[in-house]
Amino acid sequence: MTYLDHAATTPMLEEVISTVSQQMHTVGNASSLHTSGRAARRMVEEARERLAAALDARPSEVVFTGGGTESDNLAIKGIYLARRAENPARTRLLVSAVEHHAVLDAVQWLAAHEGAEVEFLPVDGYGMLDPAALAASIERDPESVALVSVMWANNEVGTVQPIAEIAELTAEHGIALHSDAVQAVGALPVSFAASGVDAMTVTAHKLGGPYGTGALLLKREVSCVPLLHGGGQERDVRSGTLDTPGIVGFALAAELAVQRRAASAARLAELRDQLISGIRAQVPDVLLNGHPTERLPGNAHLSFPGCEGDSLLMLLDARGIECSTGSACSAGVAQASHVLIAMGADEPRARGSLRLSLGHTSSEADVLAVIDSIAAVVERARRAGMASGALTAASLPAAARPSGSQLSSLGGRI
Amino acid sequence: MRVLAAMSGGVDSAVAAARAVDAGWDVTGVHLALSRQPATLRTGSRGCCSVEDSHDARRSADVLGIPFYIWDFAERFQAEVIDDFVAEYEVGHTPNPCLRCNEKIKFAALLDKALALGFDAVVTGHHAKLIDGQLMRSVDAGKDQSYVLAVLTAEQLSHAVFPLGDSTKDQVRAEAAQRGLAVADKPDSHDICFIADGNTQGFLQKQLGERPGDIVDSSGAVLGAHSGAFGFTVGQRKGLNLTTPAPGGEPRYVLSIQPKSNTVVVGSARDLEVDLVCCARPVWTSSALTADFECLVQLRAHGMVSGAAITLAADGQLVARLTEPQRGVAPGQALVMYDGDRVLGSATITSAERVCMTA
Ligand SMILES: Cc1ncc(COP(=O)(O)O)c(C=O)c1O
Repeated sequence: MTYLDHAATTPMLEEVISTVSQQMHTVGNASSLHTSGRAARRMVEEARERLAAALDARPSEVVFTGGGTESDNLAIKGIYLARRAENPARTRLLVSAVEHHAVLDAVQWLAAHEGAEVEFLPVDGYGMLDPAALAASIERDPESVALVSVMWANNEVGTVQPIAEIAELTAEHGIALHSDAVQAVGALPVSFAASGVDAMTVTAHKLGGPYGTGALLLKREVSCVPLLHGGGQERDVRSGTLDTPGIVGFALAAELAVQRRAASAARLAELRDQLISGIRAQVPDVLLNGHPTERLPGNAHLSFPGCEGDSLLMLLDARGIECSTGSACSAGVAQASHVLIAMGADEPRARGSLRLSLGHTSSEADVLAVIDSIAAVVERARRAGMASGALTAASLPAAARPSGSQLSSLGGRI
Repeated sequence: MRVLAAMSGGVDSAVAAARAVDAGWDVTGVHLALSRQPATLRTGSRGCCSVEDSHDARRSADVLGIPFYIWDFAERFQAEVIDDFVAEYEVGHTPNPCLRCNEKIKFAALLDKALALGFDAVVTGHHAKLIDGQLMRSVDAGKDQSYVLAVLTAEQLSHAVFPLGDSTKDQVRAEAAQRGLAVADKPDSHDICFIADGNTQGFLQKQLGERPGDIVDSSGAVLGAHSGAFGFTVGQRKGLNLTTPAPGGEPRYVLSIQPKSNTVVVGSARDLEVDLVCCARPVWTSSALTADFECLVQLRAHGMVSGAAITLAADGQLVARLTEPQRGVAPGQALVMYDGDRVLGSATITSAERVCMTA
């Protein structure tokens, strides 16, 4: 099997599996006062310190959660509500148009229920935010901005955002900045302390850790209203009995991912480039989405004009090659990706896209398997695209057909 | 053989897929997403378009151990079925969206895509038989769906598989239970899947707005008012809200809808009877018939069967002279021709009238 969907989740590391299962044999609620409880607490606190060290944060800045989605929701809703409580004029939320749904849907919820005014910051054809657009948006009325949220690296097209510049802008105006770094940790150098980010989302299962465990790194001076009320286990910001095995596994996975990062990134970038050029040799009109250089090392996001992503996915799956379509799955129905749309892609380009994402188990054999199959798969999918009468570039009236130059401005031919 | 099983999330398509697996074929399950904004949960007996239905389809595929995908046909469904449905009502016709969906989506868009992707056929859970390429009624007369399949051409049928035609619905349910399919006792769907609340009139009004007009009798005398002629169907009795009672108090029915004058014509049950039905667009499910012939015709999805003499006009028109007059023959519905249980073909009803008064 050729697993090329590491951006969705990556196989758990063997070391993590044995550590987690070992910890599962041990009883103890980290809030209990007896010996077992103290032992569990010790494991959690050691994990907190190790995770903090791996991400260059302070242990007291780590709030363990149930994963990336929870961390995003906590940051967006919690910080918005806290900052608005401090000053009722702060109702503006500035977020990039290419955020994960965990951020997008959270801000939309705040707009619908908590009077938030959301501004979606535009991105260029590569999916990159222009800091000048953020500056202009802030300067329109800096006092009214509750929170800025820009992801570190995009989960679909892999584009890396200029977080340092963004953090400078928010710091200048004393505005809180959240960044979803789910895809960045283990792929790019990430230092929470140096980043200038006030709140950062991380999740274990993208690093070789267990599912359903994550953290929000939250600066101590940033107040955040809790979403889950109860025992107040995590700094009174997050309640719920701590998942000791998960947390221990998370810390180990993060440590290993960060330790191995430089070598792994170099190896994956090389495999990815081989994958992209190999596909390009087979399918000359393939288009690369996302930034040509400022991108995640394991991400190849491609559009195959005239094909439907779901046809490509099924045909590859039947050949033992697993990847994602470039579309977000919303309510079980594939919708054209908001990321590609924000990048200015037309429907056919958005519909005909695939995300192939490499990770720690990927090898050259995986790359060769794709290169081997892709021509036949694309040819088939193209016929199916025509047959089912989908809106392909070829079937559009000439006036609506994107010109070559328009297409290449969206990220360029490979 | 590689087949694609269209799985709605209902019991029929799940058992049909299971039988395809038993036949030793290479089966892939596909659920068609027909709405861009699907409801989360299914309500009552409506539809196959909720997220819960796609979940049910997925769970059936899991039990059968076959690959499963959701394919988005929402755009095509909107253009070919929903828009057509509204447009047909707007001109005073009574469309059958299930038939249209088979004609334009399941055995056109889906089948074409399946064939292009390397599948040999599409398997569905329709209650009908295909024997040597001949479309036949199901053994379960009450559940027979040959009517809504009679718009398919021989070419389309050559790539269709209906594994349920020899079973009654009860047998299908029992088999589903015995196979451990959770949908075994899921209620049947029998309303229009894209009208979630079952209120067709309300749906049409939302699409077309209010268009008030008169309800008249055959002489043109005004008997009441309506808020949109498109909301009526020939043969309809309820919901007329007439202000002038009929002489003798006998019930009155919709006889016709006149979109040009925006009037609804009503009359007695007897006025409703027709014995000459004119149709367009004949489709032959096996070989095309060219000479006049006698057969059975069915004029609605359920019931309304009569003997008929069929005349084929040079301009592609098809005229059926019914041996037994029928009430409530509505333009837009299909006339399906049968030789016993065997489907010969279908045509779209354009008008109907009473010519012979002896019956
Ligand atoms: C950028 C990004 N944010 C958030 C999430 C959600 O994280 P989780 O799956 O841990 O809830 C994901 C992954 O699905 C992601 O890629």
